Amino acid sequence: MAIKTYLLVCGGAECKNAHGTELYQSLQKEIANQGVQAETQVVRTGCFGLCAQGPIVKVLPDGTLYANVKPGDAREIVVEHIAKGQPVQRLLYNPAKSQETIRLAEPTGYHKQFRIVLRNCGVIDPEKIEDYIARDGYAALAKVLTEMTPDRVVEELRKSGLRGRGGAGFPTWLKWKFTKDAASEEKYVVCNADEGDPGAYMDRSTVEGDPHSILEAMTIAGWTVGAQRGVVYIRAEYPLAIAHLETALKQSREYGLLGKNILGTGFDFDIEIRLGAGAFVCGEETALLASAMGERGMPIPRPPFPAVSGLWQKPTVINNVETYANIPVIMLRGGDWFAKVGTPKSPGTKVFALTGKINNSGLIEVPMGTTLREIIYDIGGGIRGGKKFKAVQTGGPSGGVITAADLNTPIDYEHLQALGSIMGSGGMIVMDEDDCMVDVARFYQEFCVDESCGKCAPCRIGTRTLLNLLEQITVGKGTMEDLAKIKEVGTAMQKAALCGLGQTAPNPVLSTMTYFADEYEAHIRDHRCPAGKCKALVTYTIDPEKCIGCTLCARRCPVNTIRGERQKPHVIIQDNCIKCGECLHACKFGAVSRK
Amino acid sequence: MAKLKVADLAKLRKAQQAARQAQTAKAGNVELIVGTGTCGIAAGANETIAVLRAELQKAGLTNVTIRQTGCMGLCHSEPTVEVLMRGMPPVVYGRVDEDTARQIVHQHIGRGLLVNDHIYDKPTADLLQA
Repeated sequence: MAIKTYLLVCGGAECKNAHGTELYQSLQKEIANQGVQAETQVVRTGCFGLCAQGPIVKVLPDGTLYANVKPGDAREIVVEHIAKGQPVQRLLYNPAKSQETIRLAEPTGYHKQFRIVLRNCGVIDPEKIEDYIARDGYAALAKVLTEMTPDRVVEELRKSGLRGRGGAGFPTWLKWKFTKDAASEEKYVVCNADEGDPGAYMDRSTVEGDPHSILEAMTIAGWTVGAQRGVVYIRAEYPLAIAHLETALKQSREYGLLGKNILGTGFDFDIEIRLGAGAFVCGEETALLASAMGERGMPIPRPPFPAVSGLWQKPTVINNVETYANIPVIMLRGGDWFAKVGTPKSPGTKVFALTGKINNSGLIEVPMGTTLREIIYDIGGGIRGGKKFKAVQTGGPSGGVITAADLNTPIDYEHLQALGSIMGSGGMIVMDEDDCMVDVARFYQEFCVDESCGKCAPCRIGTRTLLNLLEQITVGKGTMEDLAKIKEVGTAMQKAALCGLGQTAPNPVLSTMTYFADEYEAHIRDHRCPAGKCKALVTYTIDPEKCIGCTLCARRCPVNTIRGERQKPHVIIQDNCIKCGECLHACKFGAVSRK
Repeated sequence: MAKLKVADLAKLRKAQQAARQAQTAKAGNVELIVGTGTCGIAAGANETIAVLRAELQKAGLTNVTIRQTGCMGLCHSEPTVEVLMRGMPPVVYGRVDEDTARQIVHQHIGRGLLVNDHIYDKPTADLLQA
């Protein structure tokens, strides 16, 4: 007899919830007791993410989801649901009431995610234009070309409330309107795919998984503003994304969706790819345009904005990958539909690359207004290794940290800014108790020193000054006056730097100083790194009472600085110690400690 | 390929959708969708595909199509393989190493039983299926 019902129990080898295994066994026993084992299979699954409410049981094919299931509930599930076909009401998963600010255009069941940008990623074959077309691909372009006027397109965008997903949140409709209204025979459409934040890969995945959505949106932009050519500026470090983009360009030209006389409507538009060398500053629009024209990637003061004078000094619409990916859906479903998702001031969704000390790292898309708590615990499955959550870094080298106190903040442009962070392009790095906030600030500062183009003094000298001060603190040589200096230099950079890179470069240090003042003081006053990360301030010692002289640590030590006879307590000769921590991990008796 | 006019595009879409439906509706047809974005490839998706192909051939299964797709968001559990076949609920397997790939072919496709410890939840409902 074939299986009719599958009972999926979350758990798996890494799951720390002890009930999972017991529940799995109880369900096995119960299907045998009820005599339904020939038509029912109990299956252990990987993590479903809803760990706070685990164990979870999902019934297939009907899709019922039970939460907080105890081993004792197995009988009721099997008897009621499987034998009688009646779901057990009291165990049904009940999603915690979301913030009132979030709105969804349509129900998504228990899912916290809502995919507009990533609608085709993981669904279609990105190298087959037919797959894209079967899923309403190029239908928005056809609609725009045959049923809409440029003013209507701009009006739908205005109604949608879509804001730039590159991080700054500028209303997209305004950019398009300015470029449309600019008087010029020659105009351009540019896609910013120069994703540079450490830990961020939203745009790469979107271009890799759904390249045609970007091409379709750029063509719509071209028709709306009156441009003839488009440029995708993408970093050479994304070879797969580039390959998929090239395939997509070739296919859409063959089908007459790009090139001369698109879809027989008389509209001409084509797109080319420009490869960037991977400089962070080239994500800044004026530097990107300079680089796309073959010049050195350096910003120029605005105004004039690209909408007036951009590529080849002609009016140019420049948007980020994620912004474009929203456009076909907005054109097909209307601005009003899109405005129903997310929060009133930040409609739509946001894609995040959830990384760091999180169980389920990955690419997520949530409606604006979703809280950090929902992202970390309901989607991300909580902190890895059961450690304590410390902070989330958003916005990369331009952003800041958000602490446990603000986990319930709805995520949108305004709320993140109020917390001293920014939305940024969507990198979200989760940190736990083992991460040192001074070290994190130092890391981002070092990144900014490397990536500063050097054109303006506030950024060139400011980032270096901040890094020097931070390095002093991480080796225990900082003073309380240094903190005042950091604030002074940082504030000056925010006001005086030429472009976004320099203006936001002090954000990570200023933000961590606000929320983790005690950690800075511990480094300065007590010469101590509370997280044990700053090597100069850490000492490893062996407790002679606990050490049995097994020699494991001495054999592991890469610099041979642990001495001692077999079966006698060992000693670490501090002068040569490189603080790598190998001994701490090697010791099976808890004799090595870090202070 | 001839250049499309507006009406041709709509026709092509209908034809493609119908062809896809016919493909999934046909009894015995199986689709394996492997995530081959950068995250999938880095985790070994190409090796997974090679094993799937070899095992399918060994088992003499000729009605199974392997398709590739981008990242569905489960980067923590790549490589992922989604299995679509009539009579079985659609499921996504994650961390599909060689052994799991073999089990998918012989246990899931061959015997209609789900494979333990590797099923993950799709991140969300499909926007277009509503």
